[in-house]
Amino acid sequence: MPVYEIMRMNKDFVAGAQGSLPILIGVIPFAMISGVAAVSVGLTFFETVGMSVIVFAGASQLVVFQLMSVGSPWIIMVLTAWVINLRFTMYSATLAPYLQKLSVWQKALLAYMLSDQAFGVSLSHFVVNEKVSHRWYYFGSALTIWVAWQISAIIGALLGALVPVSWGFDFAFPLSFMALMFAALRDRPTVVAALAGGIIAVLAKGLPYNTGLVLATFLGIAAGYLAESLKSGQRAIQ
Amino acid sequence: MNTESIWLLFVAIGLGTFLLRFLFIYLFGKIAMPDWLRRALRFVPAAALAALVFPALTHPTGHLDLSLHNFRLLAGLGGAIVAWKTRNVLLTILVGMALLWILEAAFGI
Repeated sequence: MPVYEIMRMNKDFVAGAQGSLPILIGVIPFAMISGVAAVSVGLTFFETVGMSVIVFAGASQLVVFQLMSVGSPWIIMVLTAWVINLRFTMYSATLAPYLQKLSVWQKALLAYMLSDQAFGVSLSHFVVNEKVSHRWYYFGSALTIWVAWQISAIIGALLGALVPVSWGFDFAFPLSFMALMFAALRDRPTVVAALAGGIIAVLAKGLPYNTGLVLATFLGIAAGYLAESLKSGQRAIQ
Repeated sequence: MNTESIWLLFVAIGLGTFLLRFLFIYLFGKIAMPDWLRRALRFVPAAALAALVFPALTHPTGHLDLSLHNFRLLAGLGGAIVAWKTRNVLLTILVGMALLWILEAAFGI
């Protein structure tokens, strides 16, 4: 490989890392919260770090901690975490054209590091900047976010031991989901999805094994989809 | 939950999550994501997170409580305003927790 080619890749890798720095302001506290939360539901330091590396998906990790704290069955924790992480398929499909001509292992590594933030930073850069080496820019971004996440989660796990149970830290779960939820409300159909999902979850609270949560999520998705279809139908008529 | 099953839980969640991340990067050129699925997936975060938040506020002790004695509902509504205005996780937690402590200190038994 010619030297100038390697230098260009290096440059794009660094550009991806630099492009991700501003977003770390959100990543670092969120990862620390996940570490504190893990310890608050009784995970050991080693388990906390292990989960953070194996799963590496903050919202779903927090959901699992909440379900652990109310004694949900195993299968519900797994299903709910997967449902929360369904959004990654959308990121994966969107980034796919930029991450081709790589070996399966390279694709697997880049896929493992995929996060909301790496997706957001990379895609918004690719849209305005055609000439960048997409894979290196994405790798720089995803790796920076991954490293920051893991270090912050470790710090959180160490701090978690200092937070007394009497503080009612379990309330931090719904509060953190709330901030993430408002960030996900982009237009009217997403608001419809949230309202439907939330209200159905309240009504279905009595269903056994927390199954209402998964049911409400799917019905909320359906409601959002329907609202969007109606909206675009109206536009077509006009 | 014992140690083995907790690691099994992490691996099950991690493996499934990895496949969700990997699937379409790997399948690119072989299978495209259907348009209806792409449109539906857009609603996953809003629907799933709301389904977590609402019952946590309305059922703080496991049964429905929409009264003024439900401090988590009141503090949660305060947190919602912060979340709405700032979309900041840390700030929402700080304000929500502070409201809960204040309500409990002032009106709790």
